[in-house]
Amino acid sequence: MNDYLNVSGRIFDIQRYSIHDGVGIRTIVFLKGCALRCKWCCNPESQEYEIQTMMVNGKPKTIGRDVTVAEVMDVVSRDMPYYGRSGGGLTLSGGESLLQPEFAAALLQAAKSIGINTAIESMGFAEFSTIQKILPYLDTYLMDIKHMNAAKHKEYTGKENIKMLENAKKIAESNQCELIIRVPVIPGFNDTEEEITAIAAYAESLPRVEQIHLLPYHKYGEGKYEGLGRPYPLKDIPMLPEGRMEKLKAAVERRTVLYCQIGG
Amino acid sequence: MVNTYYTKPIEKTERIPKLVAHLFAKMPEIEAARAELITESYRETEGQPIMMRRAKAFEHILKNIPIIIRPGELIVGSTTIAPRGCQTYPEFSYKWMEAEFDTVEHRAADPFYISDETKKRLKEADKYWKGKTTSELAYSYMAPETHRAMEHNFFTPGNYFYNGVGHITVQYDKVLAIGFEGIKKEAAKELAGCQFGDEDYATKSVFLEAVMLSCDAVIGYAGRYARLAAEMAEQERDAKRKKELLTIAEICAKVPERGAESFQEACQSFWFVQQLLQLESSGHSISPGRFDQYMYPYYEKDLNAGKLTREYAQELLDCIWVKLNDLNKCRDEASAEGFAGYSLFQNLIVGGQTVDGKDATNDLSFMCITASKHVFLPQPSLSIRVWNRSPQELLLHAADLTRTGIGLPAYYNDEVIIPALINRGLTLEDARDYNIIGCVEPQKAGKTEGWHDAAFFNMCRPLEMVFSNGYDNGEPASIQTGNVEDFKTFDEFYDAYKKQMNYNISLLVNADNAIDVAHRVLCPLPFESCMADDCIKRGKSLQEGGAVYNFTGPQGFGIANVADSLYTVKKLVYEEKKITIGELKKALEMNFGQGFDAITAREIALRVAKTLEAQGQEVTPDIIEITIRSVLTMQLPAEEKARYEEILAMIDELPKFGNDIDEVDELARDAAYTYTRPLETFKNPRGGIFQAGLYPVSANVPLGAQTGATPDGRLAHMPVADGVSPSSGKDTNGPTAACNSVARLDHGIASNGTLFNMKIHPTAMSGQKGLENFVSLVRGYFDQKGMHMQFNVVDRETLLDAQRHPEKYSGLVVRVAGYSALFTTLSKSLQDDIIRRTEQAAYRA
Repeated sequence: MNDYLNVSGRIFDIQRYSIHDGVGIRTIVFLKGCALRCKWCCNPESQEYEIQTMMVNGKPKTIGRDVTVAEVMDVVSRDMPYYGRSGGGLTLSGGESLLQPEFAAALLQAAKSIGINTAIESMGFAEFSTIQKILPYLDTYLMDIKHMNAAKHKEYTGKENIKMLENAKKIAESNQCELIIRVPVIPGFNDTEEEITAIAAYAESLPRVEQIHLLPYHKYGEGKYEGLGRPYPLKDIPMLPEGRMEKLKAAVERRTVLYCQIGG
Repeated sequence: MVNTYYTKPIEKTERIPKLVAHLFAKMPEIEAARAELITESYRETEGQPIMMRRAKAFEHILKNIPIIIRPGELIVGSTTIAPRGCQTYPEFSYKWMEAEFDTVEHRAADPFYISDETKKRLKEADKYWKGKTTSELAYSYMAPETHRAMEHNFFTPGNYFYNGVGHITVQYDKVLAIGFEGIKKEAAKELAGCQFGDEDYATKSVFLEAVMLSCDAVIGYAGRYARLAAEMAEQERDAKRKKELLTIAEICAKVPERGAESFQEACQSFWFVQQLLQLESSGHSISPGRFDQYMYPYYEKDLNAGKLTREYAQELLDCIWVKLNDLNKCRDEASAEGFAGYSLFQNLIVGGQTVDGKDATNDLSFMCITASKHVFLPQPSLSIRVWNRSPQELLLHAADLTRTGIGLPAYYNDEVIIPALINRGLTLEDARDYNIIGCVEPQKAGKTEGWHDAAFFNMCRPLEMVFSNGYDNGEPASIQTGNVEDFKTFDEFYDAYKKQMNYNISLLVNADNAIDVAHRVLCPLPFESCMADDCIKRGKSLQEGGAVYNFTGPQGFGIANVADSLYTVKKLVYEEKKITIGELKKALEMNFGQGFDAITAREIALRVAKTLEAQGQEVTPDIIEITIRSVLTMQLPAEEKARYEEILAMIDELPKFGNDIDEVDELARDAAYTYTRPLETFKNPRGGIFQAGLYPVSANVPLGAQTGATPDGRLAHMPVADGVSPSSGKDTNGPTAACNSVARLDHGIASNGTLFNMKIHPTAMSGQKGLENFVSLVRGYFDQKGMHMQFNVVDRETLLDAQRHPEKYSGLVVRVAGYSALFTTLSKSLQDDIIRRTEQAAYRA
């Protein structure tokens, strides 16, 4: 057995038949642990690396398990016929996959070795040398850029954005994978035309970046906070007003030549 | 390679909704004309060869049955005066109908109106048929053990037992090309070649005469429509309609007597064949087959010559689609539940490959799909053949119909079906030219008497017999395979199951072959037979073995329940030893401590009554009534109840078929072989073999009601799993996992067809991307050698029901935000949100 198949890591879910996140029919592997604490996070159970218990529909559920790459690939490879037909494949998500870099790289390597398309959803919060470990096995990097203003970024996510913006540039310049910029649009945080177009302008400045995806804020994670016994930080914020997403998309299209879509 | 077909959808005309509205204005009605006419004719022809009696009766009916052209019709030919009405067919069976005269109008499944006048006329005609029907003859041909097995609901051959066989696609192409005039010539030529001294002269000459008489009858019937149309044209004030009627008159005077030249002639000629096949024999699943292929030459010729617009061609197709819903059939109440929805299963298929292995898609393939969208009615049962080179545009067009929620089309995999048919002896060319009959059954049109819907076999009942050692409600119902408590290993248990299966399969064969002979003796069909090879050459009807390919295809169902049950026994009893087999037996008898329904209470009461009688005690209805009441209110000791519930919980924890878990899926594959493999060793009286199907139409519900609790945790009398699908609510790993599990069965050996139902939420198919991923799901299943797939795109009401009964819907996928998820795993508030969203989706649509 190849060594990378023995690498182990911690995940909290595997979602098959994901058809609205990237190209085609995909399997998403959710790695546990995150460096940021975004106030709007819809997967709060992803944040702690520690294994937790969350109440789901009144029953306690263990969140997080340690698995080898071989075990994950046993599930992922089962849908190969559908990846082949749809252009889909494996997507790593989190948390922030880069906090388990060996595991993430081994998963992507294992997928590539049997011909599966690969993608990662990540903020790029790591040293670039860490990111370099995964790039050879990656087809698409779906990178979150949440805000251009470092202070505001820190206020809402717990960390500044400088390193991430640098990494975006380095990833683009590496020319090793497709880079798509994604923006969660959060009311009161970044939902103005100025803020979104600033991100779009930066995305456009990166070599070979052609797409930007605007992801509308939703409250579907709210119940999970309750299940974890935590307050929901954005409890009282309003939903995005009707038509706001379309307006932002139009603004991006006016300001840049990027292909812009609403949703993944 | 550039595709040359036209893919743009064409708008529907105003005529179509009017035709549909007219058709559905009233409850369908039973009419008496056919029953009276056939009885009159039979009275006249006593003592003549049955083949000739059939032809003469057909002629008598077509000469005298009332005819009508409905308002606005372009394609004419109606079997009843009332829209969607039905005639009756007493030569097959009639007693059930008389028994149900007073309930048929109010029953839950497929009610029909019947007037007192009709009741009286039918009763009068029916008098003649006592002792003369196929069902009575078939019953007397069956072994007593077979009667017993039918009484104990191991299988039901009800379909052909009570009705004509149908289940065929004839040579529409031949009628379109040479007309019945041409077919008559063929028969005459064959007859001219017969020598008086030939050993088969008597039967062959009579058959050929009967064919010619039947052809004349059809030509005469079309002539009646020509005259009616001309008369109506004379009265018509609206100039446009007048012109239409004159065209109809002209066309009906020409076809189907002669070959069709124009597309409209081809449409009308097709329709007479489709309509009159059903009037000859009452069979359902008389399937148009590869309509886009045999109609195309006429379409192409007219289009190229500038005589036809695509818009008018579409309107004619739409008119045929409406007419396919005008035909109807009244079944007995029990059968109506098994085939619920007034369905005649007229399967019409598009796409696939040509006999020389090229893609067969053309303009009409697209237009047929569009017609289903325009007419939006259950008939025809639209299907699509998929192969590795099917054009993506066609599949996307089909997917766009699927997402309307109509449940059409069904998708079929050439890459499995073609080799499966070759394995059954079809030539490569014939196999490539297959179409689907009825629900899911493949056949080569115009060469096959497939008996595709010969019976439903409940695979759970033999399993019950393993536990009861062949007893059912205290009386012997099957062979004895030993006390289940004595089985020391899983293999011993499984062997007993196989013995129970083999025995009951042999009785199923006995039943089917008896019915087969009864049809040959009493109801040969010369009209149907003249459109199938090699009947004319051999001088034999289809019922006598005139077809090139002969099969009998009874369906097994309940694989998921049997597989999960075997897994329970293997794991909990023999491997982990958490329960004993005796304990499991008791738990099943006690319905896992979940209380008894009325059916079980009655069964137990009758069992008690038998024991009392055996002891010499008198049993009165009062005693039975009291026993039933005490069973219904019986309280189990708390400890016992708790243990049963513990067992049920252990079963619930076990992996189930449908979740992409190799060990269970392999057991399911093997369990399916316990039905498919023994069956293919049997022969039918027409010189063909048996071939298994794996699907229940909707019989899994009524037949489930005759099945006690099963070791997979299914409670007594609940529905059995449908087709090859996982048990409802047990597939919790999403659609790809369910597909992978189902694909792991051997579909190739089930050459009479397999049926896989999947539920999908509309949001999972939204947008172009939704369609593309849907097509990829179908293709991915087919890449793994799945045979058939059909979809319920579920709506708001289903979601509400899923909230109330999450256990039934654990495989239901919905789109949440940026992802899709299993509906029942979501929080209540999120579910509510999605339900609200669906309403919007429905509103937008």
